[in-house]
Amino acid sequence: MNNLLFLLLSSVSIISALLVIFSKNPVYSVLFLVLTFFTLAGHFAIFLGAEFLAIVNIIVYAGAIMVLFLFVIMLLNLNKESEPTTPMLSKISAIVAGGLFLLVLFAALTNQINAPEALNSKAGDIGMVKKLGQVLFTEYLLPFEISSVLFLSAMVGAVMLGKKDLKQG
Amino acid sequence: MNETSEMLNPYFPIGMQFMVALGFVMISLLTSWFLNPKINTKNKLDVFESGIPYVGNARMQFSIKYFLVATLFVLFDVEVIFFYPWAVNFKDFAREMGINGFLKMLLFMSTLFIGFIYVIKKKALDWE
Amino acid sequence: MEILLFDKIFLIVIVFAVSLVIALYSTLAERKVSAFLQDRIGPNRAGTFGLLQPVADGVKFFFKEDIIPSHADKALYILGPSISMITALMTSAVIPWGTYITFSGRQVAMQIADINIGILYVFAVVSIGVYGIMIGGWGSNNKFSLLGALRASSQMISYEIAMGLSIISIVMMTGSMSLGEIVSQQHGMDWNIFYQPVGFLIFCTCAFAECNRTPFDLPECEAELVGGYHTEYSSMKLGLYLFSEYINIFISSAIMSAMFFGGYNFPFMDQIASPNLVSIIGVFVFFAKIIFFIFFFMWVRWTIPRFRYDQLMKLGWKYLIPLALANIVITGTVMLIKYQFFN
Repeated sequence: MNNLLFLLLSSVSIISALLVIFSKNPVYSVLFLVLTFFTLAGHFAIFLGAEFLAIVNIIVYAGAIMVLFLFVIMLLNLNKESEPTTPMLSKISAIVAGGLFLLVLFAALTNQINAPEALNSKAGDIGMVKKLGQVLFTEYLLPFEISSVLFLSAMVGAVMLGKKDLKQG
Repeated sequence: MNETSEMLNPYFPIGMQFMVALGFVMISLLTSWFLNPKINTKNKLDVFESGIPYVGNARMQFSIKYFLVATLFVLFDVEVIFFYPWAVNFKDFAREMGINGFLKMLLFMSTLFIGFIYVIKKKALDWE
Repeated sequence: MEILLFDKIFLIVIVFAVSLVIALYSTLAERKVSAFLQDRIGPNRAGTFGLLQPVADGVKFFFKEDIIPSHADKALYILGPSISMITALMTSAVIPWGTYITFSGRQVAMQIADINIGILYVFAVVSIGVYGIMIGGWGSNNKFSLLGALRASSQMISYEIAMGLSIISIVMMTGSMSLGEIVSQQHGMDWNIFYQPVGFLIFCTCAFAECNRTPFDLPECEAELVGGYHTEYSSMKLGLYLFSEYINIFISSAIMSAMFFGGYNFPFMDQIASPNLVSIIGVFVFFAKIIFFIFFFMWVRWTIPRFRYDQLMKLGWKYLIPLALANIVITGTVMLIKYQFFN
């Protein structure tokens, strides 16, 4: 039963991830990416016991970042005639870069296939929110506080970019 | 994992509820599809633009304001999520660490607030 | 194990039926309430007091012609209302409708799924609800729909932040994110509204904005945008959009009564000896609170005029977010003083 569920979830996530790449329409790509995030959240919640990670995956990735993506895609002029054609050089360089990345991934992951052991230990229900908060506010306090500075800089950057365009337009 | 703990997984009923919701939507859409008349004319299927002939399509560019709001939403949303692990533990923090547990969050909150003031001062959210 | 599964299926079916019936009759209630507030009679032809009116409306949705505009993106056009409806129906899974009923020697919980992160689950479902409107509006390929969808989605994401912040003070007080736990801590008359009135005010405002209800119904204001994001919709697809709005009202009312008004708790519940009787009365009390809030939604709709878009954004970003942050700081300070000096 559990194996069946795992197979179902993983096949849906792999197929939807592939459809993200192969869809012609960028809006469809975004929607398939949302579906991929959902299946990943399902993996986190059901098989890894990481509920908080699962729900954050949905709230932040599926519910916020993908909405932003959708806005951006809608902001672009998506008429057929205004669609730019990609030059041959950038196509080739994209293939080379993608191939290299695949190679790196393979090299990194071949040594890490001992996943079931890591899964069974479940790392002391770290996924539970309460436990996570305790660890976050004692051991990882510094990175946590520094991340707030990261948010601040991102905010400043977004406002700068947005305001610049407003003055021009 | 044995059978009992599988059943006790609280996410299982949520999955069932999703199936029921999906089934309800599909059945209602299919039923109405089979029951309703289909008489298609060109004018009926045209885009509605208050009765006058339509111009272009709706794949147009719109104000960057919406984009800016969405970007700021992503940032604030992530920060709000960071409050939750702290809020759940706050009772224990208040007992054990006293003011320290609160200051840790106030520091995080103050940077959020500085960013917020910056956004307001730059008039990034004014729609006039 | 099979019994447990059967319980859950039974509960899901009941919750579904109840939310659909309440949403169906909310449409009638809305027309009756508006008639009452405007000194009219309201629908009274179908059945006594117009009680069959929602049924007639529902049947009509099935038999009306379903038009898919030739310029629309067919898949997205169908997907939009489906997502809206599914997200509206999913939230009810974490709401505790009552405590336990002891039934032939075993306890049956009246909550579909008591997950540890119940509040965040609600938050997640709400954030997915944006897609239903955005996809429908964009898929229609109509300028009115697109503008309506854009307005609706920016409005919803703006108020989501204040909503998330307003819940945090409740989580701080309760020390748990499970809705079942939050409700059971408000035993008797110990309701959260007495501790968190500001939090409730913010949450309630955000709930109105998330449901696209007046005074926040800009996405569908007829004077400028025809029907907003559902301008091109007809038949059952329009039905799903309109219906999901009423289900959202029902669910928001349920969440507000559960989080701030004690859910199934009522005063003097300890005086009643039989636990089964307490839970049954509790369910009725909970529904009474929900129905009051549904009425409140309608009352506000026919009393307060619509905001302008800049006013709406100003309220969400410049007033509600700082207010919610201040609420968190005040709650934290008070709790700190309580635990440091009075414990």
